[in-house]
Amino acid sequence: MKILVCISHVPDTTSKINFVDDNKTFDNQGVQFVINPNDEFGLTRAMWFKEKQNATVDVINVGLSNTETTLRKALAIGADRAIRIDSEPLDGFFVAKQITNYINTNPYDLIIAGRESIDYNGGMVPGLIAGFSKINFVTNCTSLEIDNNQATIEREIDGGKEILNCNLPLIIGGQKGLVEESDLRIPNMRGIMQARQKPLDVVPCSNQDLRTNSIKFHKPEPRQEVKLVSSDEIDKLIDLLHNEAKVL
Amino acid sequence: MSVLAYIESTQGKIKKNAFEIVSYSSALAKKLNVDCHVLTFNTDDSSELKKYGADKIIKISNIELDNFDAKIIANVTAQVAKSINANCVVLSSSVNSRYMAPLLAVELDAGYLSNVVELPSNLNPFTVKRTSFTNKAFCDSTINSDLKLIGLSSNAYGIKENEGKGIEEDFNPILLEKSISVKSTEKVSGKISIADADIVVSGGRGLKGPENWNLIEDLAETLGAATACSKPVSDMGWRPHSEHVGQTGKPVATNLYIAIGISGAIQHLAGINSSKIKVVINNDPEAPFFKAADYGVVGDAFQVVPILNEKLKAFKAQNS
Repeated sequence: MKILVCISHVPDTTSKINFVDDNKTFDNQGVQFVINPNDEFGLTRAMWFKEKQNATVDVINVGLSNTETTLRKALAIGADRAIRIDSEPLDGFFVAKQITNYINTNPYDLIIAGRESIDYNGGMVPGLIAGFSKINFVTNCTSLEIDNNQATIEREIDGGKEILNCNLPLIIGGQKGLVEESDLRIPNMRGIMQARQKPLDVVPCSNQDLRTNSIKFHKPEPRQEVKLVSSDEIDKLIDLLHNEAKVL
Repeated sequence: MSVLAYIESTQGKIKKNAFEIVSYSSALAKKLNVDCHVLTFNTDDSSELKKYGADKIIKISNIELDNFDAKIIANVTAQVAKSINANCVVLSSSVNSRYMAPLLAVELDAGYLSNVVELPSNLNPFTVKRTSFTNKAFCDSTINSDLKLIGLSSNAYGIKENEGKGIEEDFNPILLEKSISVKSTEKVSGKISIADADIVVSGGRGLKGPENWNLIEDLAETLGAATACSKPVSDMGWRPHSEHVGQTGKPVATNLYIAIGISGAIQHLAGINSSKIKVVINNDPEAPFFKAADYGVVGDAFQVVPILNEKLKAFKAQNS
């Protein structure tokens, strides 16, 4: 089984979010970049398929050379090969087109992406790839088993879950549940050394087709100070929620 | 030209978030000077949609569409959008709508933006505001394709009455063949899901263990609220992952979010930032949540929550 894991290079979840260049660009000064958490759950599940079912695992990212540290981390975790499509990730449509072009000439049995990236939160790349390439698609995936050519998938739905079956090839949007937080792997020294020797192919981008533009960012308005209510005046809290906030 | 609202029903009944989608779509249609069309699937009574601005209600009744299949629904929605020459399609942020939206974008060759919070500030170029960086920022974004697909963030626009023409019409779609089969569906019965709830009561490590969750559940029951939890609580297995809210869990955009024994890590706050009113109950006055909340009680949850619950019961009895 050939697996491709799509990796987004995103600011660490604890990052302070600021913008520069007249609020047009994210300020990456002092920001630590990581594998998008939803992608990391998928990558870790892919490692399980590699170890138990003899799968090969490639990772792909659309980005400039600064994202290679993140791809090397994925290699250190255990991926076999990395592909970087050499372009700024202009929008979700563009990224999905680039990856689709790649998989059209390099087919995979299973493509794992995160349900969304934690920076732009578009939540569209896996679905767009599925739409372009007419591959089966399930998102909000919380469990995945493969038996021969058959996938059994658990999908989170509003207020519950459902179990689905389909044939490969398949693309999923993964999230926590695919593996547990405690299953995530910190690369060890041996993995880091091996990662340096593993192939990281740089592929030119194929066109500049996009549908959306991010023009300007704003930070939320600073909020009013919290109104504290003493713990022996709970009636006052209910009164505030009812008469002032009007939510009761 | 027209605006098409894609809405969801469950067991024949229109879901509540549909009224917000229709309110937004009809306001958008007014801005564009076109009609607002609403697409319903297997819905018993669609007449209420008129009140929120539906000019035309396109009804599809087909038992084969009862089980949600994203590929088939996207294709059917595209058939409808093409038949009415839609220039904008609006859908919600529910799990199913988000699942279907990118497939629909490909079918219609449309530009798609999710997490949109306002009507367009400009029509040329078509510019909308959306949340990004998991609610830590907003972004003004343009869509530059002819057909635009808008995923509206929950509770961002609100439900607004605005009488439409309300003409009902049936539509018979052609269905694609299924390639994914549903083996089983499991819904927690009798509980409100986080996505559908107006109020969410959420618990953190301050509750000390899963055996104390009756405090959260009792309060949620009184308020008709959904229950949620912080990341450490789901990681330790006290509560299921489906209740984890925050940056890597579920986003919450409710009217009222009550956090009990949650310190307020930046990742948690990012996930709940879109909620309108936030209340925190915590015994540590230094907890970061107090900087993000509207109302706060510094106190021991084990004392404060039962009192709050009793008083709310009395309040509910008086006001119902």
